[in-house]
Amino acid sequence: MVFQSKNIDHSKQFRYNLIRGELMRSYLSLLIAGLLTLGVSASIHAKPQGQLNLLYWQGPSTMNPNLSGGTKELEASSVVLEPLARYDEKGNMIPWLVDEIPTVDNGGVSKDLTSITWKIKKGIKFSDGSELTAEDAIFTYEYCTNPDTGCTQTNYYSDIQSVKALDRYTIQVNFSVAKPFPYQAFVGYNSPILQKAQFKDCAGARAQECNEENFYPIGTGPFVVKDFKANDVIVFEANPNYRDSSKPAFQTLVFKGGGDAVSAARAVLETGEMDYAWNLQVEPEILANMEKAGKGKIVSSFGTAVERLMVNFTNPDPALGENRSEFIGGNNNRNPHPFLADYAVRRALSLAIDRQVLVDAGYGQAGQISCNVLPAPAIYASSANDECKTPNVAEANRILDEAGWKKGSDGVRQKDGVRISILYQTSTNSVRQGTQAFIKEMWRQIGVETELRNISASVFFGGDVGSPDTYQKFYADIEMYTNTFSGTDPETYMSNWTCKEMAQKRNKWGGNNMPRWCSAEYDALSAEMAKTANLEDRIRLAKQMNDMLMQDYAMIPLIHRGDVSAHSSSISGVRMNSWDSELWNIADWKRN
Amino acid sequence: MIHFIIRRILIAIPTLLAISFIIFAILDFAPNDPTGNLPMTVPPEVREKIRQSLGLDQPMHIRFGMWLHQFFVNEPLNALDKVFGIKIGDAEDRTRVISWATRSPVVDLIIERTPQTLWVVGLSYLFGILIAIPIGIISAYKQYSMFDQIGTFVAMVGFSVPTFFTGMVAIIIFSVQLEWFPMIYDTTLVVDSWNHFVKQVKQMIMPVTVLALYNASQLSRFMRASILDNLNLDYVRTARAKGRSENVVLLIHVLRNSLIPVVTLIALGIPTIFSGAIITEQIFRVNGLGQLLVIAIEGADIPLVQTLTFIFAVLIVAFNLVADVVYGILDPRIRYD
Repeated sequence: MVFQSKNIDHSKQFRYNLIRGELMRSYLSLLIAGLLTLGVSASIHAKPQGQLNLLYWQGPSTMNPNLSGGTKELEASSVVLEPLARYDEKGNMIPWLVDEIPTVDNGGVSKDLTSITWKIKKGIKFSDGSELTAEDAIFTYEYCTNPDTGCTQTNYYSDIQSVKALDRYTIQVNFSVAKPFPYQAFVGYNSPILQKAQFKDCAGARAQECNEENFYPIGTGPFVVKDFKANDVIVFEANPNYRDSSKPAFQTLVFKGGGDAVSAARAVLETGEMDYAWNLQVEPEILANMEKAGKGKIVSSFGTAVERLMVNFTNPDPALGENRSEFIGGNNNRNPHPFLADYAVRRALSLAIDRQVLVDAGYGQAGQISCNVLPAPAIYASSANDECKTPNVAEANRILDEAGWKKGSDGVRQKDGVRISILYQTSTNSVRQGTQAFIKEMWRQIGVETELRNISASVFFGGDVGSPDTYQKFYADIEMYTNTFSGTDPETYMSNWTCKEMAQKRNKWGGNNMPRWCSAEYDALSAEMAKTANLEDRIRLAKQMNDMLMQDYAMIPLIHRGDVSAHSSSISGVRMNSWDSELWNIADWKRN
Repeated sequence: MIHFIIRRILIAIPTLLAISFIIFAILDFAPNDPTGNLPMTVPPEVREKIRQSLGLDQPMHIRFGMWLHQFFVNEPLNALDKVFGIKIGDAEDRTRVISWATRSPVVDLIIERTPQTLWVVGLSYLFGILIAIPIGIISAYKQYSMFDQIGTFVAMVGFSVPTFFTGMVAIIIFSVQLEWFPMIYDTTLVVDSWNHFVKQVKQMIMPVTVLALYNASQLSRFMRASILDNLNLDYVRTARAKGRSENVVLLIHVLRNSLIPVVTLIALGIPTIFSGAIITEQIFRVNGLGQLLVIAIEGADIPLVQTLTFIFAVLIVAFNLVADVVYGILDPRIRYD
């Protein structure tokens, strides 16, 4: 054993704390000095003051978004770490640390779509005063793509061949394939820029040990981490080197975690102890009652999440054994569903549903009726399917009568010995079971019998190949869940319903096409979209694909689901965002 | 006595090793996945890489051996380094038990949260005892009196109504309606002035009261039953026949004898202070050990769950020993040698 005296050795952590303490002190003295010397300009530029309290009922476990895919960590880190471009509340991409978004037109994206060039805005500084350069972006790419790092955001860096610095402030990203939508790396809160100087020893296997770096990352954002208590609370201070000296409006920011959604809503809306509460998955009635106290406002926004019914086009009959819910045959389904293969039945099922009832009962401000599986961004939303907005039981009955489905003595429609009796499955969740009960009753009115089934979410979404109850195996007639996509580009999402994506035995049910719906025409549109860069054309293709799915009732969309948060009436500037961090514009928040 | 204690400690070592292995095996067999909470958009290959980076691709016996080494060798050495500011061996290369969710040393997380748990849960335990013993004594001595009836009623309510309900009611009455106390425990508060001290007391009142009520109702029933058992015994009659005053009979003769089972109960309950009051901590957002354990289980943070559960096991074994020793002190008839 070697004993050394204290003043020669400090543990790494101790040393770091010391440096950080000194840094904080020097920030403070800088601030005070600034206030004293500027005097006059202080009255022009409002200096940060007061405290802003955020309440997230799940506490963040780290400040490094590359080591966690959880929304809570992404949200917390977004006030410190920033990407080159991000999304505003309407889903528009806006330049953040760059002057403009590179496109083919302005020469930022190469004609063959294999490279994109970003130019960092002049004078962007990290909170320690050093400059943000292309090297930091290159390092972030290398850090996340190092297989030993265990980075959760690697899909944001997929197909990248190399990232180069053309000069100190210019980053060129080269792809191995043509990328019609090259805005993934360094865009949005999933892939912000890390500081190379801080993290250079933390890439690869060492990522696990760099807890000081992971808890106290240095970024370009409006706040700096002052104290991090894992899974509990984070205290931030205003960044003295923030690019806009008049922002942020708050000197300290407290990010408290833990508890549950109901009491989080109460702390903002009823007691007013907190200024902002995130993700309030609370029954609409309770929330509306709390809002009456008048201390805060409920805000909601909508991303791409749609709760929908998946219609099984193949026969799930247990008697088929191995061939249950299997698509047999090339372009012609030789194992069709006994009654859902009939277009008239699918259309009637959709027409009979009163979607507004489902929204009012289970979602409130967190939902609105949807007739598309691609409801957003607004530019992609089709209006061709609005028939579904108004339920029409009489019309549904007429369609079924016309198609020859006659009501039997038990009130259930049948044809050639086939009864319309539906097994309808979903995951266990009180809102979903409520929706199931409503839909069962709505379908009863058109002579359709429904058997309800719910499966624990961990099994249903678990993807265990050995289990017959997964949503991929789909051993039922109808199943319900929410699907969504990250970012704003629907290309990958829309390719989910091509023939090769069908979840089948041969691909171990690894596909995304749950309805087993197959159309050569649709496949062609999907292939075309993969090589189209022009936005108008992409919009046209995406709408066309959405309309095909909707008008053939491959899926029956129900509810466009949103995010709900609440903020105190004394806070202004909140622009609720489902495309990026809810705290994306926290630098603009103010206390009235 | 010393021999007894040493013998018990030696027996405890294999017991604890076996416990640690059982905990490890159970956690390993559990269908938990640290990547299970990631969003659906993260592809399976990425998940596999994350699992590898956490060391999950190693066989179980190797992972268990590593944990043993890290926990029993590296962590104590590291603690020594910190306390004395020295460097024993190769300090930089010593791997510590790392939490999967936070990627920081598990022991640091536990140390960060222990004070809050000790303050809130410990105080409520202390208050619980201070309330329960007098209530138990009076209830037993004046059996079936008004005091006994009310005491029994309150104890039954406190015992049968769960803390998540009483906690909720307390929040609605005292935070929402009366606005006396904050409903969110401010864990960043540093008590350095009178104002902050008042704030700290205010935020501790609700969680401590809710838990103290629960603890007191359990203990007061035990105290009452134990005193009742003793009151009818021969030695009490003898004491009274000797002409001792009722106070002496009750508070010296009866109380000392009745305390034996109650003290065991109190000693065995002390480890539960450390394990925190899981539900109460969650309701009031106290960042204690109970909350840490719940978060770790939800996130499948195996190293953290393993270490916490093992520490609880150590405490339980230790306080069993303490209870036995206190027995010997309270009752001179008990001899261990």
